[in-house]
Amino acid sequence: MLDAAPVEETLLEVNNIEVIYNHVILVLKGVSLTVPKGGITALLGGNGAGKTTTLKAISQLLHSERGEVTKGSIAYRGNSVAGLNPADLVKRGVIQVMEGRHCFEHLTIEENLLTGSYTRRDRGQIAADLDKVYKYFPRLKERRKSQAGYTSGGEQQMCAIGRALMSKPETILLDEPSMGLAPQLVEEIFGIVKDLNEKEGVSFLLAEQNTNVALRFAHYGYILESGRVVMDGPAADLRENPDVKEFYLGMSEEGRKSYRDVRSYRRRKRWLS
Amino acid sequence: MTADFYYGIEVVLNGLMAGVLYALVALGFVLIFKASGIFNYAQGVMALFSALTLVGIMNGQIPFAHLINSIFGTHIHHFGWHVPAVLAILLTAGVMVLLAWCVQRFIFRHLVNQEPIILFMATIGLAYFMEGFGDLMWNSEIKKLDVGIPQGGSFWIEDMTSGLGGDAFYGFFIDQLDIVAAIVAIILVIILVAFSQYTKQGRAMRAVADDHQAALSVGISLNFIWVLVWSLAGFVALVAGIMWGAKSGVQFSLSLIALKALPVLMLGGFTSIPGAIVGGLIVGVGEKLFEFLIGAPFLGGATENWFAYMLALVFLVFRPQGLFGEKIIERV
Repeated sequence: MLDAAPVEETLLEVNNIEVIYNHVILVLKGVSLTVPKGGITALLGGNGAGKTTTLKAISQLLHSERGEVTKGSIAYRGNSVAGLNPADLVKRGVIQVMEGRHCFEHLTIEENLLTGSYTRRDRGQIAADLDKVYKYFPRLKERRKSQAGYTSGGEQQMCAIGRALMSKPETILLDEPSMGLAPQLVEEIFGIVKDLNEKEGVSFLLAEQNTNVALRFAHYGYILESGRVVMDGPAADLRENPDVKEFYLGMSEEGRKSYRDVRSYRRRKRWLS
Repeated sequence: MTADFYYGIEVVLNGLMAGVLYALVALGFVLIFKASGIFNYAQGVMALFSALTLVGIMNGQIPFAHLINSIFGTHIHHFGWHVPAVLAILLTAGVMVLLAWCVQRFIFRHLVNQEPIILFMATIGLAYFMEGFGDLMWNSEIKKLDVGIPQGGSFWIEDMTSGLGGDAFYGFFIDQLDIVAAIVAIILVIILVAFSQYTKQGRAMRAVADDHQAALSVGISLNFIWVLVWSLAGFVALVAGIMWGAKSGVQFSLSLIALKALPVLMLGGFTSIPGAIVGGLIVGVGEKLFEFLIGAPFLGGATENWFAYMLALVFLVFRPQGLFGEKIIERV
């Protein structure tokens, strides 16, 4: 699990993109990354670093929020995604699970899952896939008749991932699955993500603030800071990197430091990157 | 006492029938509001427009005849044929779908992510545009709409019930048209509910109503769903237009009934299809009964004009989400 995935074909290639919201606010200032087939790629960084924006730029959900990619390119399987709409990408196998779950509150869990199959034409297969989702998320099967709005945060996160699975995706863009969940649940959900990756061959691009968990499950990681990639490497290397340890994992070799030291460190690091 | 009592029942029955028609208009509001958060002020005008179109097609009127005549100096007005009612209704439904597409393509597509008040203003603009457009297309004189719905009192009900309340009571008077309207409304509601609950597009419609972004993320096309919803609302408007038009002629005041739908919605809740129906019935019965019991004897009558709004006001104060409004799900 800790080893880097064997080098395979590249699914997704993001090349030096810039994103501007509302024609004025520059959010991404040149982000490049690649997602290999069959891998779990983590996109790390704090609040406002640009993780969500990067995912939305890929899934084309940016337009509905008045954002646009002004420079650079995004290609999936070698084809540019510019000018496509989210439905086109879902049909090509790329689907985003948004931050904060976004289940359809007044629909039942089962109806939520079925909306995931909206773009599919192979009707006969859908029931079988529903069973498969229930196999990975047995809890959803128990709650299938409940309105999603009344289920717990963990169940909603499972519902959101299950809903994405119903589209038969090749790549899932998973945004902050750990948000607001108890540590035990976070482990459970990441465990399922890993299962899906290994058994179903689904590739993941995972945006996470919880660096610790993300680096344990991912194969490769990118660290974003105010709209730029400041560091990247195999997850195992990143976990051993002293800067990552200090700034993102909260560990340091010299024990606790005063706030003043931390501040100067941050400044130094910014300077270096 | 007895005669009065039976008159009271007749008032209630007539109120129910009037309520059905209110409910039909309110239904169109609910459909659009639920799926897109747009409060469609033009719903009443859509009913008028659809009725105008239906009459025009049935009578073989040439659209824009007046305009054509004044430009080319011709004197055309009718094609000289008559279209059977069923075919004309189908054609009008087609026109309403086309209208839905145009509304989405030329107005609301450009207003994605705008404030609700801006969308509301857009529908006011749309209402007045359609009113003028309808006049231009089909002329503005009052027209008679007859699609073959029986009209007048239903004598069998009168015969059956006459004498119930003594000699002074001649039996319940219920317009046959109202009975047809009630049956049609019930069928329409069953179809709409079945569509939204048990079909893929209906599910997508409810998904869009819940969360636009999430719907987009699973590959549902908002544009398509909105065209679908406006088409359904246009279809409901057509049914309402046929019923009201048959009852009181196709004329401008038809678009004003939309205003009565407002208190109906406040009672029933803006997001509930059953709410629109029940709200419509309550307003219909309430205003007739109030007029009969209190308005006419004590307040000098004509209370039907304002009773519904007062009732809505009371509801706003004590139960703002309406009787059946969607509960706002809040997790603690």
